[in-house]
Amino acid sequence: MQILQYLINGISIGAVYAIIALGYTMVYGIAKMLNFAHGDIIMVGAYISFCVTNYLGLPAFVSVIAAMAVCTLLGILIEKLAYMPLRGTPSLAVLITAIGVSYFLQNGAQLIWGSAPKNFASIVPLKPVFLAGGELVITGEVIVTILASVLIMVGLTLFTTKTKIGKAMRAVSEDRAAAQLMGISVNNTISMTFAIGSALAAIAGVLLCSTVPTLQPTTGAMPGIRAFTAAVFGGIGSIPGAMLGGILLGIIETFSKAFISTQFSDAIVFSVLIIILLVKPAGLLGKQIQEKV
Amino acid sequence: MKKLLNNKNTRSNLVIYLVVTVFFLVMQGMNMGGMLTSSWKGFLVPICVYISLAVSLNLLVGICGELSLGHAGFMGIGAFAGIVVAALLQDAVALEPLRLFIAMIVGGVLAGAAGFLIGIPVLRLRGDYLAIVTLAFGEILKNIVGNLYVGLDAEGVHVSATSAKFTLLEGGKMILDGPVGATGIKKLATFPMGFVLVLITLFVVLNLVNSKEGRAIKAVRDNRIAAESVGINVTAFRMKAFVVSAFLAGMAGALFGLNYSSMAASKFNFNTSINILVFVVLGGMGNILGSVISATVLYVLPEALRSLEDYRMILYAVVLILVMLFTWSPRVKEFVSVVTDKISGIFKKKEVETNG
Amino acid sequence: MADYPRKVIQVPTYNLFREQDAGKQPVLDVRNLGIDFGGLTAVDSFNITLGPTEISGLIGPNGAGKTTIFNLLTGVYQPTRGSVLVNGIDIKGMPVHKVNKLGIARTFQNIRLFSEMTALDNVKVGMHNEIRCSFLASLLRLPSYYRAEAAANMKAMELLDFMGLADVADQKAGSLPYGVQRRLEIVRALATNPSVILLDEPAAGMNPSETTELMHQIRRIRDTFHIAIFLIEHDMNLVMNVCEAIAVVNYGKIIAKGTPEEIRSNPAVIEAYLGKEDND
Repeated sequence: MQILQYLINGISIGAVYAIIALGYTMVYGIAKMLNFAHGDIIMVGAYISFCVTNYLGLPAFVSVIAAMAVCTLLGILIEKLAYMPLRGTPSLAVLITAIGVSYFLQNGAQLIWGSAPKNFASIVPLKPVFLAGGELVITGEVIVTILASVLIMVGLTLFTTKTKIGKAMRAVSEDRAAAQLMGISVNNTISMTFAIGSALAAIAGVLLCSTVPTLQPTTGAMPGIRAFTAAVFGGIGSIPGAMLGGILLGIIETFSKAFISTQFSDAIVFSVLIIILLVKPAGLLGKQIQEKV
Repeated sequence: MKKLLNNKNTRSNLVIYLVVTVFFLVMQGMNMGGMLTSSWKGFLVPICVYISLAVSLNLLVGICGELSLGHAGFMGIGAFAGIVVAALLQDAVALEPLRLFIAMIVGGVLAGAAGFLIGIPVLRLRGDYLAIVTLAFGEILKNIVGNLYVGLDAEGVHVSATSAKFTLLEGGKMILDGPVGATGIKKLATFPMGFVLVLITLFVVLNLVNSKEGRAIKAVRDNRIAAESVGINVTAFRMKAFVVSAFLAGMAGALFGLNYSSMAASKFNFNTSINILVFVVLGGMGNILGSVISATVLYVLPEALRSLEDYRMILYAVVLILVMLFTWSPRVKEFVSVVTDKISGIFKKKEVETNG
Repeated sequence: MADYPRKVIQVPTYNLFREQDAGKQPVLDVRNLGIDFGGLTAVDSFNITLGPTEISGLIGPNGAGKTTIFNLLTGVYQPTRGSVLVNGIDIKGMPVHKVNKLGIARTFQNIRLFSEMTALDNVKVGMHNEIRCSFLASLLRLPSYYRAEAAANMKAMELLDFMGLADVADQKAGSLPYGVQRRLEIVRALATNPSVILLDEPAAGMNPSETTELMHQIRRIRDTFHIAIFLIEHDMNLVMNVCEAIAVVNYGKIIAKGTPEEIRSNPAVIEAYLGKEDND
């Protein structure tokens, strides 16, 4: 029973990683850049939700919508101002700029909201479910998080395979020049990707802080890195890969904390990542591309 | 000798050594003359440490073309190895600079060995995947170092992981205390030793770059497949660059660790790795003098902006983004050149008018 | 060099094309070579022998598998079937850099120079395994380092001069004109001291006068260094004038082998290039 409880908790935290990883993976697949500021968008989303419920007294549902709206705008703005001018330059230049944006968001948040952690009240109104005579507890947060991640993955898959914009995204990720020749606007497609990724980050932020209720300017940093490893783990650029990677990472993390060592859980998680990459260099579900000679 | 000076590489290397030496002499002179405030005095050793970290990372990122996000991990190994060695040798080696130097060498060798072990699996990957795995290794190293307990007493050295599984005799001393890190470190680091570290780093990196090994490393960066086709063992040369870079970072880490009275493993996290990478990129990839200057300026900048308090880091972020846009973006560069043309155009017109 | 099992295969006699090569061990001996990519046969039953001083050509329509064959000969791809012997040694399982050390060097269809390095340094990278100077010696700048570097510089300049590139020695390889880059690739390949050199479309992108110059240079390379040359080329004028033997491939298989005269009049070759004539 204990194991099942850990498994559920692992899947729940993994589902949050998965939602963040989906944003990472889409941006990487389409813009071919590591957006290190993605984790900080999560933090901004959580703060917006916090402000809307605590200061404006609006219902939780509205706060999520507001967080998504603000993060979407923020994502597009960052892309237009900081990343778009650097398109076509070495990836390292874009990476450093993304790091600059990450610093900017963290320190901006610190200026606005201060560095003291805020106590984030869960937005999930559901009561926990007790199973097996109370031995197994499934909190409302767990249920909502897992449901949300599944819905998002299904939605994204349908979006990228069925809609015109979604197909354009896949075309740009496959071959940017060819997509352009087919009349697809690369700039719009990339902006769209950032918009979706950032909206997802907002949801992830709210869910993350509902589960782990402290909110401070650095809240997004570590989950961001974890989610990024999850995206690589599953095969970066692949939507089901991000989902699988996130959930596996969550489970591995929870189990290693429970059964091996709390102190070494970071080391264990990252070691598993390294082993996976060595066995399958493109991640679990990624496509291996060989350089043509 | 004259022929030597005519060589372009030798000349630019001499410029680098000259700049570093002049900087050292001026700062040391001001220090001896009591012209530095205590906070500036505190900058001297870290500046040397970060110069050396930036130059060693530049070997990997700029010259070898491999993005590494785990440089702080090697620095951390060097720091804690250095602290432990210095503590163990407290009585055996009375001469402080010698003890410091031994600690630095041991720190470097251990970091180099870690680099080799990590390199075996890591160097099979390339590009962004290599970056993520170095990031992972950096975090693993930090995690392990942060859970080591080392104590010293009359019975000898005690080592354990995850918790202190030993009790020290009276008069014994904890050298490393898990997440708390090392406390009560005897500060051995000096600015002259920092200068020596920078010289060693420059000597190793510059001599390596301008040799057949350096050419092979650059060839691998420029075109891996062509490098293989002319008989270069690509993996071996990436490994050489990786190990040398880790060794130098370890030496720098040891000096850094012995510059403070306490040191926690959390110092050697991802953010520190990123900061060093920022020094390298802003100084210019493959540009050694650039790394030296940018490490100095960018280390001092946030410290010098301390009077701005809350605004300093956000300002730093803005400067970072703007510098990247102005140095890399073709559009921003075009805009700048149009503006400067217009401005110079106005002046030229005026000149013509006044002349005519 | 002893970490690879070397099977030296003795073959009684070779009927090599050039008279002076007759009876000698071939530099390149390819037997029944084939490779499949995921069920698709890209190259099949490829057989060829190259004498120590022979200039041979490999021609065929686009997509016939010519570059794939070069990749097999240099160890970039591992074959599904058959074997490649370079100077009598099987390259099976060897990494690319070890295959090069056996004496086979190449150029690339899409030029692969070290574009951020000078032309001279490109050639010196080619001489990497020739330069005798230890890691420690270069690190400590021992006298042996200066001796080795001076010798390398001299030889690299000689090689550049041989192809008429001495003037551009200090220029960045990536900034050189196309035709010059192609010739620089040849110099870099020569610098590895090979016994056979593979040229993948050496005349692509060259104007007619550059191509004529290249023809002379190819012959001069053979006559000066006494090495074999195997080239892929679409410029039939160059192929027919320079090559002493030609193999024609289509759909990964050899459809004809022979002298330029034989190839020119071979009906299978004409069909491969021009398509089958209709009988109506």
